[in-house]
Amino acid sequence: MAALSPRAPAGATPGGPARPRGETRPRGSGEPLLEARGLTRRFGGLAAVEDVDFALDRGGVHAVIGPNGAGKTTFVSLLSGRLPPSEGTVSFEGRDVTRLPAWRRVRLGIAYTFQITSIYPALAARENVAIAAQGEVLRRGGSEREAEAATDRALARVGLSHLAAIRAGELAYGHQRLLEVAMGLALAPTLLILDEPTQGLSDPEIEGFLALVREIAAEATVLLIEHNMPVVMALARRITVMDRGRVLAEGRPEAVRADPAVQAAYLGAPA
Amino acid sequence: MRAGDPPPHATTPEGGAGDRPRHGRAGRAAWRPAAVHAGVALALLALQFVLPEYHRLALTRIMVLAVYAMGFNVAFGYAGLLSLGHAMFFAAGLYGAGLTVYHLDWPVWLGFLAGVTAGAALSAVAGAVALRTKGVAFMIVTLMFAQTAYLATLHFTTWTRGDEGLTLTGAARVLTLGPVSLDLADAATRYNVAWALLAATLLVTHRLARSRLGRALVAVRENEARTAMLGYDTFALRWRALVISGTLSAVSGAATALLFAYIGSSFASIQTSIEPLLFTLLGGAGTVLGPLLGTALMFTLIEVASEITTAHLLAVGAVLIALVLFFPKGLVGTLRDRVAPWLP
Repeated sequence: MAALSPRAPAGATPGGPARPRGETRPRGSGEPLLEARGLTRRFGGLAAVEDVDFALDRGGVHAVIGPNGAGKTTFVSLLSGRLPPSEGTVSFEGRDVTRLPAWRRVRLGIAYTFQITSIYPALAARENVAIAAQGEVLRRGGSEREAEAATDRALARVGLSHLAAIRAGELAYGHQRLLEVAMGLALAPTLLILDEPTQGLSDPEIEGFLALVREIAAEATVLLIEHNMPVVMALARRITVMDRGRVLAEGRPEAVRADPAVQAAYLGAPA
Repeated sequence: MRAGDPPPHATTPEGGAGDRPRHGRAGRAAWRPAAVHAGVALALLALQFVLPEYHRLALTRIMVLAVYAMGFNVAFGYAGLLSLGHAMFFAAGLYGAGLTVYHLDWPVWLGFLAGVTAGAALSAVAGAVALRTKGVAFMIVTLMFAQTAYLATLHFTTWTRGDEGLTLTGAARVLTLGPVSLDLADAATRYNVAWALLAATLLVTHRLARSRLGRALVAVRENEARTAMLGYDTFALRWRALVISGTLSAVSGAATALLFAYIGSSFASIQTSIEPLLFTLLGGAGTVLGPLLGTALMFTLIEVASEITTAHLLAVGAVLIALVLFFPKGLVGTLRDRVAPWLP
């Protein structure tokens, strides 16, 4: 393993207000699961993400929030490898993955669900999940039968087994979002990145989603990009607040909510 | 479990409403595509005993061309790669086989292998470059590659005789395999050699469509970004599809040279690139039997229309318009959607 000294995540982010770092670290302390250092991504002259230091501990739900245009999706795209960074490094389980393309990072255990639903609309719901499971299971030497079983399990976990034969494009929107999560689960990820998963869902659907994410977080680490504050408050163990491409604050939910800088960013009030 | 959801059933859907649920390995549907494809192959084998001489030759040509269309379909129908340059792969097979047999006096079987190898190598190299582009850019790049190949066949006229071409004669018409000697000028022999190539291609594409690779190619076609985020190396997948496609095209090209004894630049022209696209669209892209059916129908249509008028392309155009309007998925594609979802 690379010599990565355990360090206080984002504790030294410049510009942010004091953030509580005293609380006990959750399960799997020591080396962070995923770490970003000095991560920067520029589009032309605009820095969508600028000099972000970030560490993600194992287990539970870690939320990234921030106003529109704060750079959240760009940030997780850098983590998942969908975009190459302009500067900085990303390491996963102690290994530098900065230069790895997205599909290699997926194989290492980083799954990503898209902000805008991205499924195979012309294929049956089950086939959508089967493509994910087949890749994951067969790559590690498993059998077709195991892949089929993994497909069924993932569908059952999100509660879509009864819709397996329906063409994915014909599913209700909420079910399509769940299908994406099932595709993520079929990858048996160590880290599941959910990019605005509740966007466009109804309240009862969100209710079901909360239960599902809690269940997933018992086995995998979940990085949740989310707009919906009640969802974040209900799920997150830690919250990172982004604004204008930088980390504005990080900490436990109640501390973040009380942070005047966060309130200013969200409400536009002077800090 | 989500609140309010019906309890999940542990059932595995079998055929039915889904689009090509290709998990039927252990299911009822598994034997049906194999039976249909075997039936088609046997029917074609039997047809030689009922067809008159002229039609038998036509069907020989159709079968050789269908191999080309089926190869094209691997890239276009399954992986979603619209190439406008497949003539170069076809021509690589044609010239690879024809020139070695004509100039170097290679035995026919070795010439055939040379042609197929040339097509495989060319598709591997051209694919590695062209696949860096997508969509319209890919169409343009493949078209440019193919035009370069076409101009090369005209430029090296010392060997190729360009448009005028070369005719294979004598020993180049005899396929010798160990103790067996086959006279390729004989109509029945030609028919059966063409049939054997078609049957082999049918088997290859049938197996491909039902394989892990085939499933992954469909995934790339349907949503490449998503497929990459499921851990698939989509560039490698598209490249493999193009190499398989280019190699099968070269099989058809080599067979064209050796069976019909003529090689000329017109086989490398843009028209040769467009033809398999038309055949595939007519029959159904992304279906195993579609290209074969499309080739047979389009070939027949052109034959019939040419007897009536010199403007036979008018008929082709009319068919294409009707196709786009009424059967955008092609004949077999429509059949699969409406009647037989188990067709691969």
